Amino acid sequence: MKAPKQNRRRFLALGAGLAGLSACKKTVPSEIGAGVRAYGERSPLEKAARDVRESITPGTSSTRTPLQDLDGIITPSSLHFERHHAGVPSIDSAKHEILLHGLVERPMVFTMDDLRRFPSVSRIYFIECSGNGGGELAGNPQPDPQKAAGLLSCSEWTGVPLSTLLKTAGLKPEAKWVIAEGADACLMARSIPIEKALDDILVAYGQNGEPVRPEQGYPVRLVVPGWEGNINVKWLHRLHVVDQPGMTRDETAHYTDLMPDGKAQIFTFVMEAKSIITRPAGGQKLAHGPGVYEVTGVAWSGKGKIQRVEVTADNGETWTDAELQSPVLPKAVTRFRMPWQWTGKAAVLQSRCTDETGYVQPTMEALNSVRGYKSTYHCNGIKTWHVKEDGSVTHV
Amino acid sequence: MYRLGAVLFLFCAAGFAQNLGRPATEAEIKAKDLTILPTGAGLPVGKGDAARGKSVYKEKCAVCHNDNAEGRTGQYPALAGGVGTLKSDKPLKTVGSYWPYATTLIDYVRRAMPYDNPRTLPVDDVYAVSAFVLFKSGLIAENFELNEKSILQVKMPNRDGFVPDARPDVKPKP
Repeated sequence: MKAPKQNRRRFLALGAGLAGLSACKKTVPSEIGAGVRAYGERSPLEKAARDVRESITPGTSSTRTPLQDLDGIITPSSLHFERHHAGVPSIDSAKHEILLHGLVERPMVFTMDDLRRFPSVSRIYFIECSGNGGGELAGNPQPDPQKAAGLLSCSEWTGVPLSTLLKTAGLKPEAKWVIAEGADACLMARSIPIEKALDDILVAYGQNGEPVRPEQGYPVRLVVPGWEGNINVKWLHRLHVVDQPGMTRDETAHYTDLMPDGKAQIFTFVMEAKSIITRPAGGQKLAHGPGVYEVTGVAWSGKGKIQRVEVTADNGETWTDAELQSPVLPKAVTRFRMPWQWTGKAAVLQSRCTDETGYVQPTMEALNSVRGYKSTYHCNGIKTWHVKEDGSVTHV
Repeated sequence: MYRLGAVLFLFCAAGFAQNLGRPATEAEIKAKDLTILPTGAGLPVGKGDAARGKSVYKEKCAVCHNDNAEGRTGQYPALAGGVGTLKSDKPLKTVGSYWPYATTLIDYVRRAMPYDNPRTLPVDDVYAVSAFVLFKSGLIAENFELNEKSILQVKMPNRDGFVPDARPDVKPKP
C-alpha cells in the first residue's frame, strides 16, 4: 500500500509546485520536489499536441505533428504524425512474425527475437506522408505549420537492413519487387523495387531509443528513407518477393498523382526537397514589438542532404542564407536558423531549400502551373507567412 | 568497409544455419499469401455475377458506399461513375473511372472489405460483389460471370492512364 501514498505525495508536491509557478512568487521553490518515477512525463504546463482530424471513421484518420512547438530535428515519439488506413492494431510482439517468401531460395519466418539478433543499425530519417500539404496544393493555404506541413516527423530508427533479411533468404535472379504487407485490419500492402529494397531500407523495431510506438507500427515497420510515408509499411508481417508490382489499391487508386491532362503519375516514391518556417509562423505573434527575432524552421529532402536554406522577409525580393544547424544528415530533417530584424512594418516570410543534388524547392505557383490543383500528393511548394504591422502572423 | 561487408556477408550466409529465423512451411505460406498480381497470379478460384452481387452489396457494402455505389460525399468513396472526368475540374476517381486493373478490386475486397469486418466474405461473394461494382460502372453485363479467368478480359477504361514518375517536373519558378 505504499504506492498510493507516494503518488499522493507526488501529486501534492506537484500541486504545490504549480501553485508556486502560477503565483510567480518564487523561481526556486524551497519545498522538496517530486520524487522519482518509473516512466517520465513532460511538465504539466507543456501542451504541445498532435492535431487530430475528426473523422466518422477514426481508423482512417490522421494527426499532425506540432512543428511550431518543436526544437532541433527529432520528433518526440508521442508527437509523431499518424495516418492509418484501418486503425492501430494491438499486436503481441512475443507472437509477432514476419513471413519472407516468394522468389527466394529459402522462404523464412522471423520472430522479433530473431530480428534483434541480426546486426542492426540506428539512423535518423524523416517520414513524410505524401499527402502532406495537400490543402496547400489544392489552393487552400493552411493557417499554421502544423496544419500546413505536420504530416512530417523525424526519428532515430533502429532495425535490421532489409537487405540482410533478403540475403539471408537468398534472392532468385527473377526477383524484381518486394510487396510489403502490414498486419492492420486492411492488410495494407505496397510494392517496392528490389534496388531500393537492397539499398537503405530498415526493418525497424526501435524509435528514439524505445520500441516503435503502436501508432508507428509496433512491433516492427519498414522505414524507407526519403520515400513517401505510405510505403513505410507499419506492423510489417509479410514480405513477398515477386517479379512485378502488385498494383495494390494503395499504389493505384491512392498515392498516384493526377495531372491536369488526366494522366496520373504512378510510383512517385521520392519526397522532393521542402522547407517551412516554423517560427515566426501563422498563428503566432511577434509580441515584443520591433526588434530582433530568430527565424527558424525545418528542411528535408528524400534525395539526400539539405545543402542550403534561404530566407526572405520581403516576398522573395532578397534572400539570405540561413545557418544550417549540425548535424545535417541525408534524408533527415535539418534545422535552420536566422536572426531577423523586424522593423515593425508588414513583412512576407518564406524559406527556400536546395538539396545536395541541386534541386531547388519550387514556389506554389510553379507547382500548380505544372501539376494543377488535383494531384493531391507531393506538395513541396514554398510556404508563405504574412507578418502584419501589429506583429500577428497569418497564412493570408 | 570491405571487411565489414565480408563479415556481414558471412553472417547472412550463415544466418540460416545459425537458427536466425526458421524455414517457412508450405502450409503457412499458403495460409498467409494474399497477393494477387495483375497477371492473375494468386487469384482465388471462384465465381459470381452482378445479379447475385447486388444482394451481397446491399447487405455488406451499401451502408457506406450507398445504394448504387455512388458513395457518400466527403467520406465514403464512390465505387462507380466518373468515367471521363479525370481531365475536368472535378475528377471523380472510382474503380470504374480510375483503377487500372480489375485484379486490384478482387485483391482489395478480399483483404480489406467490409471495412469493419474484413476477410469474412466467401470467395464467391468477393467475385459477385466485385462484378456488381464493375457492372455499375458499365464495364460488364449484369449476367457476366466474373471468375479467376474471365476477370482478365475486363477492360478497365483507365488502364493506360498511368505514366511513370516524371519528377523533377517543376522548375523553381513558373
